[in-house]
Amino acid sequence: MNVLTVSKIREGTVIDHITAGKALEVLKIIGIKSGSKERVSMAMNVESRKMGKKDIVKVEGKFIGDEELNRISLIAPRATINIIKEFEIIRKFNVSLPREVEGIIRCPNQNCMSNDEKEPVKSFFRIEEEDGRVIARCEYCGKKVYDIGRFLV
Amino acid sequence: MSKIRHLISIDDLSRQDIEYILKKADNFVEVAKGKKSLKILSGKILANLFFEPSTRTRMSFETAMKRLGGDVINLGSLEATSLAKGESLADTLRVVQQYADCIVLRHQREGSARFASQICSVPVINAGDGAGQHPTQTLLDLYTIRMEAKLKNLKIAMVGDLKYSRTVHSLIKALALFNAEIYLVSPELLKLPEEILEVDARFIESDLKTAIDEVDVLYVTRIQKERFPDEEEYRKVAGSYKITSDMIEGKDVVVMHPLPRVDEIAYDVDRLKNAVYFKQAFYGVPVRMAILSEVMS
Repeated sequence: MNVLTVSKIREGTVIDHITAGKALEVLKIIGIKSGSKERVSMAMNVESRKMGKKDIVKVEGKFIGDEELNRISLIAPRATINIIKEFEIIRKFNVSLPREVEGIIRCPNQNCMSNDEKEPVKSFFRIEEEDGRVIARCEYCGKKVYDIGRFLV
Repeated sequence: MSKIRHLISIDDLSRQDIEYILKKADNFVEVAKGKKSLKILSGKILANLFFEPSTRTRMSFETAMKRLGGDVINLGSLEATSLAKGESLADTLRVVQQYADCIVLRHQREGSARFASQICSVPVINAGDGAGQHPTQTLLDLYTIRMEAKLKNLKIAMVGDLKYSRTVHSLIKALALFNAEIYLVSPELLKLPEEILEVDARFIESDLKTAIDEVDVLYVTRIQKERFPDEEEYRKVAGSYKITSDMIEGKDVVVMHPLPRVDEIAYDVDRLKNAVYFKQAFYGVPVRMAILSEVMS
């Protein structure tokens, strides 16, 4: 029998069906990092009927905005979001690809304007699908990023 | 077509936009030669901000502006500017736009012109951003093809360094909009990158001799010594891509080159009617007049 290794939360956001091994990148993309105050629990590589293996992230006491949540689709396109109140799911939805993202991907082109620390500039990427793959295209230098997880700020 | 406010990348232009600019340039050819006076930019000031060396681009923008009655201010040598004191590009642009009606920018960082267009209230024209874009060069190349050969059903050979030449990459993207047939003539080391081959155009790999017999235009680029592991290899390759008068005399093909040339086109080609590379440099003036008058009107 499978035992759920992460307990239920009273209130907050549950991100389920994350591509196995991507939970840490998901935390990064929703802005949870070392020093963050939220209570977060996480399970990696747990059994999943749909996916074989998956990751789960639960953020307690915080309702994360749809725009932030949709960014998760950049690295985990099958992720589902459950908004929880009083242990009940009050809203459930699939993440969808944003058309553009600002300040969360670093351009791999070192000579790109967006990498000039002296200038007041934030990275800006347009999100496209190419042969079924999600790619990000730098608005400044045109560089395409295929492995988005590697270039999260 | 929509009004062109900034000119940053050839990718931002549709075929209609390009045709519109080229047609507009027709009105300025006689003015560019100094045979006709047209002072439509009188009272306007252009700021030339060149953070990297340039001869033709900077001077032809200056000529274009002055022939249309406008004035030009230059950045001057970098050592004499506030950039030497550590000022950011953003602050330099915010200051310069207080003095000018349009900014022409060449800067070493890819995307610098796009960035400038976001923070400036005056039009910005990209005159080269690192290894990125140089759209006015592409437009003057297209204008030369239109004037000296044809844009419709064009067959063109790109010769030389197809790997690193941003001029070639941009021109190929633009020619794809005109359904051109593109012959690729280059040494193995300097072949066209995959990402440019993905452009929706007809590509034919060819040797130089076949290309000369087949195409309307030879677009020749410089092969740089530093791209080769040793000098002997460079000499061997560079020699086999050199255009001489006996190869093209009497043939219905024109020879273009973005310049500067080193020795990829022999000097004896200059006297032939096939040689249009100096005219190409001239066409930079009416094309830039068309762009300046468009963004400042």
